[in-house]
Amino acid sequence: MPDPGSYNGGAVVAMTGKNCVAIASDKRIGIQMQTIGFEFSKVFPVTDKSYVGLPGLATDTQTLYANMYKLREEREIEPRTLSNMIASTLYEKRWGPFFVEPLVAGLDKNNQPFICGMDSIGCSTETCDFVVGGTSQENLYGICENEPEDLFETISQSLLCAVDRDCLAGWGAVVHVITPERVITRTLKARMD
Amino acid sequence: MEFLIGIIGKDFVLVAADTTAVISINIFKVDEDKSRDLNKHIIMLYSGEPGDAVNFAEYIQRNVRFYGIKNGIELNPKAAATFTRRELAQSLRSRKPYSVNVLIAGYDITKTTPHLYWIDYLGTSVEAPYVAHGYGAYYTTSFLDKHHHPDLTFEEAKILIKKCIDEIKHRLILNLPEFKIKVVDKDGIREVVI
Repeated sequence: MPDPGSYNGGAVVAMTGKNCVAIASDKRIGIQMQTIGFEFSKVFPVTDKSYVGLPGLATDTQTLYANMYKLREEREIEPRTLSNMIASTLYEKRWGPFFVEPLVAGLDKNNQPFICGMDSIGCSTETCDFVVGGTSQENLYGICENEPEDLFETISQSLLCAVDRDCLAGWGAVVHVITPERVITRTLKARMD
Repeated sequence: MEFLIGIIGKDFVLVAADTTAVISINIFKVDEDKSRDLNKHIIMLYSGEPGDAVNFAEYIQRNVRFYGIKNGIELNPKAAATFTRRELAQSLRSRKPYSVNVLIAGYDITKTTPHLYWIDYLGTSVEAPYVAHGYGAYYTTSFLDKHHHPDLTFEEAKILIKKCIDEIKHRLILNLPEFKIKVVDKDGIREVVI
């Protein structure tokens, strides 16, 4: 098997706004150049205000998400704590990693935005503007370098522009905008080729 | 070298698998049934390394059956697919992983909906309206992109699967002379002759 990071393809991006964060992913799942399905979002809710994006090898996306399906604490996990938990889970498999590059996006208990990205062994980076992951990473970096006005519009256009130039990602997209009051989830139509 | 296909219709799933048993360059058998009934409403088609495939399929079959006997309630198709996926994902990082690709087709009797799952040897599980494993997938998925629709009737589905099989016989260099076609719906699993 060639590079596990680009075997199934996919793109995830997270961005901060004023008292809100957004996280979005494409919906394609494929085996290298062959598309298998187009309802495969890589972003999952963990709590009401924390989401995790798991681009990379799809089997590991599913395994890792199943691992944190239910957190056995009787309180909500903070996004920063969540990212630390994911990072240490990944580092446990230091010499045989899960091939995913998780992104965490959420609002903390003071409704301050938190986003971070990490590599497949849990080396995390917290940023204040945006994080990107998946096969469209380079394309996303290029397009995300702008000032976010309307967060939904910015993240949607950034993701669509990036995946339209990546044959391993695209086929629809899903965007979650997390605000203190509620989460707004919208699916985007995209080029289906 | 093997070929599995599944198509979801309005209230059923139609599945087909080739029936050749190949080891190395030899055809050993041309009437091998590459499927196991997991319970009354779920069928699993499998392909891959010959020893692994049957062993894995029967392991899953017996566990799903056991669950039904133990709890007095049968697994639904999603649960059976999730269980199968997890077994493959765990096996992937073991000393000797199963190299088996499967399709799980089932009819959820509580929700009255048909389901179809595509699971590869890595443990990637995808639910989709039409899926295929093997080289034949290159021809059939693009064909079904054009012709499949959610309200597919049983008669239409039979025509589609026939056309898919004909395309494989026509285009693919491999010799796959016979296919076994089955349908899963509210009444259970039946073989279909086209």
